[in-house]
Amino acid sequence: MAETALTNPAQPSAPIAGWRGIAADWSSDQRAFKNVSWGKAMMWIFLLSDTFIFSCFLLSYMTARMSTTVPWPNPSEVFALTIGGTQVPLILIAIMTFVLISSSGTMAMAVNFGYRRDRVKTAALMLITAAFGATFVGMQAFEWTKLIMEGVRPWGNPWGAAQFGSSFFMITGFHGTHVTIGVIFLIAIARRVWRGDFDIERRGFFTSRRGHYEIVEITGLYWHFVDLVWVFIFAFFYLW
Amino acid sequence: MTNVAVHLEGQQPSLQTHVHDAIAAGAAHEKGQQHPIKLYLAVWGWLFVLSACSYLVDYFGLHGYLRWSLILLFMMLKAGLIVAVFMHMAWERLALAYAILLPPVLVLVFVAIMAFESEYTHLIRVMSFAAPA
Repeated sequence: MAETALTNPAQPSAPIAGWRGIAADWSSDQRAFKNVSWGKAMMWIFLLSDTFIFSCFLLSYMTARMSTTVPWPNPSEVFALTIGGTQVPLILIAIMTFVLISSSGTMAMAVNFGYRRDRVKTAALMLITAAFGATFVGMQAFEWTKLIMEGVRPWGNPWGAAQFGSSFFMITGFHGTHVTIGVIFLIAIARRVWRGDFDIERRGFFTSRRGHYEIVEITGLYWHFVDLVWVFIFAFFYLW
Repeated sequence: MTNVAVHLEGQQPSLQTHVHDAIAAGAAHEKGQQHPIKLYLAVWGWLFVLSACSYLVDYFGLHGYLRWSLILLFMMLKAGLIVAVFMHMAWERLALAYAILLPPVLVLVFVAIMAFESEYTHLIRVMSFAAPA
């Protein structure tokens, strides 16, 4: 009932003139997401906009690949590694996938321990997640190096359609940037967890708001999203 | 008999505390997401299995509709598990879930438009410029 009272004021308050009035109206207690904090809601909305960005990348890749008359390089062969004399298709990408999924698992457990107010386990699991993320970026750097040495450029490659390089560098580069930012984000929050900031509700240096363990879940949302995007890149770029 | 009675009496308080715990957990849901670790481990395991399956689709070199339906099936299952369990969307209110999950579905319209467009571009290229690929 309290919520209904908040969202349906009996009568509108007297208007305030100018910009102050606009700010007052927009910031009045109109909540669509009742039990979700502003931090979590904003992370979800940010992730939604990020979804559109990655959708546009994958769509432009699809359009380029479907409309070209030149054969597309076979990803199964391009991303194969020779291990012990035999060619294993896509093996590096498969390992990268498992690394990222594992990082998502440790992140989910970090969120769990965060809400149990287990400071040490939360920070440790977040750092393990960050380590998995750094491993992923390292493997991606290796993959980029290998392809560049083989002559892949954004404007051409030795095997087929020129758009292969531009799509590959754009999509995986943007995703790798997200992973890198996520690793920095994870380390920053893990440091605050480790220090016990959220046990004493210490104010953040940037927002000056009281810190809560919910920030671990919000960081987790971002991290799981990075994993989620990889699921789609894996399916559409590497397995097509 | 007395033993049973004592046992039952012994159970009584713990049953009550259990109910209390359940209520407390319900209240905690409003504030923070608390779910058993076992659930996360199970989802983690399934993500591994599904990733291995989609890798095997490529490894065995499946082709055509079978390849595509399997790849899309494993992709959607993985995405669903991550969003529902790891990101806790399954326990959020519908107002949030719909606000976040419906807009990306509309991207499929964009996909359809671009698919038609690229078929057309391909056709024009084949007719005017190059030998068909």
